[in-house]
Amino acid sequence: MKEFLKRFPEQVVRIVIVFVALAATLLVAWTFILPSEMKEPELQQLSSTIREAGKEIKYAGSEVCTGCHEKAHDVKKTGYHRDLSCEACHGAAQKHVDNPSEVKPASPKQRDQCSYCHTYNSSRPTGFPQINPDTHHARKPCITCHKPHDPKPPTTPRRCAACHAQIERTKVASYHGSLECTVCHKVPEKHKISPRSVTPTKPDKREFCAKCHDKASPRKGIAAVDIATHGEKYVCWQCHYPHTLGGI
Amino acid sequence: MNRREFLKKGCLLASSSLLAGGLSGDGWTKTIFKDYDPAKHFYGMGIDINKCIGCGRCMQACKTENDVPAEPYFFRTWVERYLIRTDKSVTVRTISLTRDDPAEFSVEKEMLRSFFVPKLCNQCDHPPCVQVCPVIATFKTPDGVTLVDEKRCIGCRYCIQACPYGARYLHPVTRVADKCTFCYHRLVKGLLPVCVEVCPKQARLFGDMKSFASPLGRFTRIHKMHVLKPSLNTDPKVYYANLDGEVN
Repeated sequence: MKEFLKRFPEQVVRIVIVFVALAATLLVAWTFILPSEMKEPELQQLSSTIREAGKEIKYAGSEVCTGCHEKAHDVKKTGYHRDLSCEACHGAAQKHVDNPSEVKPASPKQRDQCSYCHTYNSSRPTGFPQINPDTHHARKPCITCHKPHDPKPPTTPRRCAACHAQIERTKVASYHGSLECTVCHKVPEKHKISPRSVTPTKPDKREFCAKCHDKASPRKGIAAVDIATHGEKYVCWQCHYPHTLGGI
Repeated sequence: MNRREFLKKGCLLASSSLLAGGLSGDGWTKTIFKDYDPAKHFYGMGIDINKCIGCGRCMQACKTENDVPAEPYFFRTWVERYLIRTDKSVTVRTISLTRDDPAEFSVEKEMLRSFFVPKLCNQCDHPPCVQVCPVIATFKTPDGVTLVDEKRCIGCRYCIQACPYGARYLHPVTRVADKCTFCYHRLVKGLLPVCVEVCPKQARLFGDMKSFASPLGRFTRIHKMHVLKPSLNTDPKVYYANLDGEVN
């Protein structure tokens, strides 16, 4: 062996020894010390996915609630809040599911809980019931009149603005401000009870607007055109939106 | 068998056993959660703009479920309010969770149209965030969800810059990138993502795109679909119905 090594210069032998030692350390580290996830991206991703899947659940999901709270579920399933998940109002309830007697979910009774959804906001889709919290029985908790699980209003709303506030607010500032909604829309009584399945009518003939706006029978102070030639093939409201300011 | 051949075969055997043990479909199935098999699912979300009332319950629930910091600029999901005025100017603002929306923003007078747009990580099929991550900390799972490995992430923020939808943020406590996971820890247990669970108007829908009968399947059949920034070819899996052209 010594004879063999002597054939190389000493510095070469030394440097080879250093490199061999280094390689051995790396090999030991790689095989015994490094966890396998660090060597294989797929394994690392798998372990990360497992970690993600094991995270704590806070919202139990409304199906669990039905198991014990059948009564509330039965009341709710026919009312306007039928599609509303229990935890949307009562908050995260997994802890209550795990320990029903000691941890109770929130039961909000203040006005602000309802106002998240039901405060008037011009961006909300029309038809969604909205109120102005400052004028709608101010400071009275909503639950004095509306049962949250079956929030039918105590009296059927008389004014369309209960659900169509944005249209109402726009209309009062327009030339049509003094007209009732029912002048142009025929509203079946059933619309107030099942608003989506029974919808009001819209004027679908030019002659309808012509009753007021035709030159042939002019009324004082009302803009009039010759209905026979003015924009002939379009229904009036395709150009003139009847609710907006100025009616343009 | 000579030495070269022996070494070759030895290496092959070692690596193949590693692959077979840890990475086969079976390996994934058994280890993530009970009998959950990611290969059988491919998740997506549907959002109907016409239904969103901008109540912000999804934002609140997401913060609770996923321990997102309470500060109003850290969100995994958020809702933007679009206001398009008659002069065609557009104002976009993320709705607040505290009901202190400035009154000037609800003016109807010069409003052309207005609506809410819920946003979240689009779980792209070709995710730019995964491409740019220098340490493979963010990756796509077989069921189509992009996850962040919080143990591997070095907090370099490349992915936050790369995301065209602004869906990521740097978690102020863990100092790593954080984003929507479609509530992965709920999916593996058969629950819905929490934003879908609490949505009062079912504006958000969730489903498996591998199943014809899932709510999402029906949603994509009956509506005209749109995704955000289709020109970037990220192939998002969050589908919007009734989306306005002004939204980006």
